[in-house]
Amino acid sequence: MKTNKSLPYLFIAPALLLFALFTIYPIFSSFILSFQSMEGGKYVFTGLSNYTRLLGDDIFWKALGNTGIILIVQVPVMILLALLLANALNSQLLRLKGFFRVSFFLPAVTSLVAYSILFSIILQDEGIMNTILGFFGINAIQWLGDPFWAKVSIIVAMTWRWTGYNMVIFLAALQSLSHEVYEAADLDGANRIQKFFHVTVPQLKPVILFATILSTIGTLQLFDEPFNLTKGGPADSTMTLGLYIYQNGFKYFDFGYASAIAYVVVLLVGILTFFQFKFTGDKS
Amino acid sequence: MRKIGLYSMLGLFTIISIFPFYWMIIGATNESGKMFTNPPTLKPGDQFMTNLQNLNASIDLGRVFFNSVFVSVVYVIVALMVCSTAAYALSKFEFKGRNAIFTTLLLSMMIPYQATLIPLFQLMSNFNLLDTYFALIVPQLCFPFAIFLLRQNFLAFPTELIEAARLDGAGEMRIFLTIVLPSMKPAMAAAAIFLFMTQWNNFMWPLVATTSNEMATLPVALSSLIGLSIIDYGQVMMGVTIATIPIIVFFLALQRHFISGMLGSAVK
Repeated sequence: MKTNKSLPYLFIAPALLLFALFTIYPIFSSFILSFQSMEGGKYVFTGLSNYTRLLGDDIFWKALGNTGIILIVQVPVMILLALLLANALNSQLLRLKGFFRVSFFLPAVTSLVAYSILFSIILQDEGIMNTILGFFGINAIQWLGDPFWAKVSIIVAMTWRWTGYNMVIFLAALQSLSHEVYEAADLDGANRIQKFFHVTVPQLKPVILFATILSTIGTLQLFDEPFNLTKGGPADSTMTLGLYIYQNGFKYFDFGYASAIAYVVVLLVGILTFFQFKFTGDKS
Repeated sequence: MRKIGLYSMLGLFTIISIFPFYWMIIGATNESGKMFTNPPTLKPGDQFMTNLQNLNASIDLGRVFFNSVFVSVVYVIVALMVCSTAAYALSKFEFKGRNAIFTTLLLSMMIPYQATLIPLFQLMSNFNLLDTYFALIVPQLCFPFAIFLLRQNFLAFPTELIEAARLDGAGEMRIFLTIVLPSMKPAMAAAAIFLFMTQWNNFMWPLVATTSNEMATLPVALSSLIGLSIIDYGQVMMGVTIATIPIIVFFLALQRHFISGMLGSAVK
């Protein structure tokens, strides 16, 4: 069939135009901005000054460290939990599957701001979380006021919000696996746990990689939760790169410096994605 | 025995997932102090109207709610047009640069949003578009994940049907609108839900792009409530409830499409 040569371009033109203007242009523009500083009311090139300033900026290192800790703890915990739940919901004999699936997914539907605020109330010193812990004889924890527990609070909140989302992705992948491998494993006398680690997990590797990369990118941009849950405190213990970019950009209006931090995040996403591909040895 | 263990584990996780929503309703219908009693207040109270009135006195609730609904609905409609035509071209036509365009779109999903935030702000500011619906709606109309999701589904549409329609002399736009799209309803629904949730829940961009209280969206207005020195938790919980209930109802009504659409795109 002969079709007009310009036809496909007409269909894709609106998307491309918007993409060029509101994604491609800003990406390059903020890269250039990261080498500029405001001097006498105008942006001028100052070479690597924003980047060298980062090296001596304690808050930046703190934000980097906090983001790293949250990433290292939260993502694996959540992925493992999501895998376990997906595995349980995939069981042939289970009833009420639809109910459980929707219940676990429901947190992922709510806005990041709404759930952050909700958790900030639940986790107050006199809040319901500490009351419940009291029933089990556990002393009240200063969830939001202690540097260590404030990080835990962010991790708990993020895990609540995103586990069901990843579970749904895993569940879909599980449903497309063939039964034959499991039957073969049964014949070999594998138990549940062996089947999970030796049959299920290896087969899901590409999907686990996909979910891990998405979660990593999301965590590196972490903003809504610390902004609404802890405001980055106490003593910057929950300051994240995302929050620090916002503060520098829209509180101090230092666009050049904020762009430099943003490009550190871009670099980190690139490096971590590269290593995640490398470690899992997945070439697709 | 094993089954009891499984159901108790799933039951426990269900409680953990659902309880914060229940607590939200308790908060929205009780006075501020009731959220911090020991033993805890677990019954809905009678302060619904009071909290609603207080909330309405703190923020222009009607206006803010309208902003969120208007921005989300208009966004979904226009974004669906932009993304579905692009996805159609990327799945059903051979043309120069097709793979390069698709790869670039996919790669852009890995660029953190914050790397584009400041130039977007400057762009809107230079054209005096800050604090307008335009600024809230237009920048994210080309949403690569939605294009990706739709393309996966369009690929499965039989090309022979399109060719047959061409032989009958149908125009390309007509083919797309009357032959392809009607059979893509589930995929379009999935994309619509995804786009709606993204926009309804969006926070960082509206926070930056709006400066007046009249143009604030629900998340921005909510966030401003907890910045006050004395926080009335009853009205805050009412605000959280108003931001949460519509999206939950919307999701529950359409969850079948959503989960299957998400699934289709995630695994292939």
